[in-house]
Amino acid sequence: MPTRLQDYEAIVGKQVIDELRVLAGYVQHRRLQNINSTPVGGGVAEILTRMVPLLRELGVEATWDVIKGDRAFFNVTKAFHNALQGRHEEISKDMLERFRATTEMNLQEMNITGDVVWIHDPQPLGLVTLKENGDRRWVWRCHIDVSAPDRQVWDSLWPFICRYDASIFSMPEFAQHLPMPQFMVNPSIDPLSEKNHDLEPAQVADVLVKYSIDPERPILTQISRFDYLKDPLGVIAAYRVVRRRHDCQLVLAGGGASDDPEGAEVLRKVQDAAVDDPDIHVLLLRPYSDIEINALVRGSTVVMQKSVKEGFGLTVTEALWKRKAVIGGAVGGIKTQIIDGVTGFLVHSPEGAASRAVQLLEDPDLRERMGENGYQHVKQNFLITRHVKDYMLVMLALEHPGEDIVSLN
Amino acid sequence: MNQVQPFRFFTERRLVELTGLSARNLPELATILHTVSGSSVFYHTHHEFLAHHFEKPVVYNDFAVWVREALQEDALAERLAAVDLLAFTTIRQLREAILSLIESCMQSRNRDSRECLPDDEFHFCKSKSFILPTGIVAQDPSDFFAKLPGITTSSLYFHFLEARLRLGRPTNDFSHWLASQGQLQLSHAIDQLDPYRLTLDELKDDLIQLGSKYGVC
Repeated sequence: MPTRLQDYEAIVGKQVIDELRVLAGYVQHRRLQNINSTPVGGGVAEILTRMVPLLRELGVEATWDVIKGDRAFFNVTKAFHNALQGRHEEISKDMLERFRATTEMNLQEMNITGDVVWIHDPQPLGLVTLKENGDRRWVWRCHIDVSAPDRQVWDSLWPFICRYDASIFSMPEFAQHLPMPQFMVNPSIDPLSEKNHDLEPAQVADVLVKYSIDPERPILTQISRFDYLKDPLGVIAAYRVVRRRHDCQLVLAGGGASDDPEGAEVLRKVQDAAVDDPDIHVLLLRPYSDIEINALVRGSTVVMQKSVKEGFGLTVTEALWKRKAVIGGAVGGIKTQIIDGVTGFLVHSPEGAASRAVQLLEDPDLRERMGENGYQHVKQNFLITRHVKDYMLVMLALEHPGEDIVSLN
Repeated sequence: MNQVQPFRFFTERRLVELTGLSARNLPELATILHTVSGSSVFYHTHHEFLAHHFEKPVVYNDFAVWVREALQEDALAERLAAVDLLAFTTIRQLREAILSLIESCMQSRNRDSRECLPDDEFHFCKSKSFILPTGIVAQDPSDFFAKLPGITTSSLYFHFLEARLRLGRPTNDFSHWLASQGQLQLSHAIDQLDPYRLTLDELKDDLIQLGSKYGVC
């Protein structure tokens, strides 16, 4: 059954829900058209799945469209994605031409209906070509870390970027010199989704048994797509150091996303690295495995997210929400979520991750304390109710450009 | 406000706007601080008061925290943290006070300013605030204190911190209105509260106690 705003009141309190209804009074009946590149897989699709119905319940006419693209297009946009996050990629003329041609095809097929058009990430960026003079506002919602983008890719996308009326980034350091307002909005998780709601201990145990994971021995887990920037090989290196001191298992679990063709290559390398150790469980989960992911995290002793680049890192948010001690790479949004030593530990290397994992495995009180702090941190800052509020504020901000203080009656 | 006007409680909702400007050292911090909007100065000296904290922070001022943690300029950090926000009635004055401390520190140096590590830059943000009516209205001082317990911390923040400094009002809104209602002593007592030394919940408790002490509730 779809969740309703009322269902969140038990978690966030009546005041938060009342506040959303008040704010909604100022943006009701606006058409908010979201456009991204995949209907399933990855944080953006997950957020939109929950965000769109909640906005609609509040009276905002929110919709969600997905651009089309073939494997070659998504190979190009994956390279763009990596390059915008600072990794060197060879971008050929053919690749730029593929991006242009697919954008052109989507320009023909996409029906722009929103009063506000919300373009998520770089893949659909070129749709702004459809922008005309008038009241329609175009917003680029960039979910990735563009603090040090590869200039070739940034420059090639610049003719699109500079046409937007506003942009949204997840962290202050992702801001760029842009000719339009830039807002900061942290992403969020839905506490009532299958990935995050409470589970019975038996449900957790069933999933561990299904994947031949021993519930009686400590479990280190990283949940993420198989992506170099998530450093799964670094996690295996850390685990091998931990194993010298502690008996434990490692779970590396993730799904694929239709806009991430590189995943298969990374998965193969991870499987090769893990082949000689039966205590390393490499799990390629099918789409819609959210309850299994939920159970894997809840069944874990320590959760890792040892990314070397990260837009925000919602897997960290999800683990903190489940009161898990989390070890995270000190990058991107992970630094906002993990208050070092309070809600988890920030690390810069496999060795650092191993050292903190050993510390946490030896100290259940510390794990419990950090887990409780992490839960509170997410409750205060990273739930979807706050995200809905921020999106409505951005819609309002678009109607009051240049005003630092907006008085609403 | 005159004697017949009721008190209308407002609240504020804030969106963080990014400027794209960042500093790596004190000269860059000072240069940018000269030019950013007052909303940026206000944001970096006030936003932590509304944030959830696991422990009450000693320092709320972003400039002080960055100078200490990224540049290891401890003496300057202490001076910045000690800037008395109640001493100013405009952001312009506050900006000048902060700049004066930074520039004095730079002038007293016989070495180049330290540079922060990559990824530790100070990123200038600013507040875009939306002021909304709460629908809660007090007809007289007694009614005001009856309704005060139901006021959110965001509403308190607006009337006590934001309205005074950002909208250039001479005192907090509560003191101003209570004075107009003839409650001069109570108005003065509230004006003496230091909201920067209290959490917003503590501030609310103190306000309620003052109302009780002066026989208004």
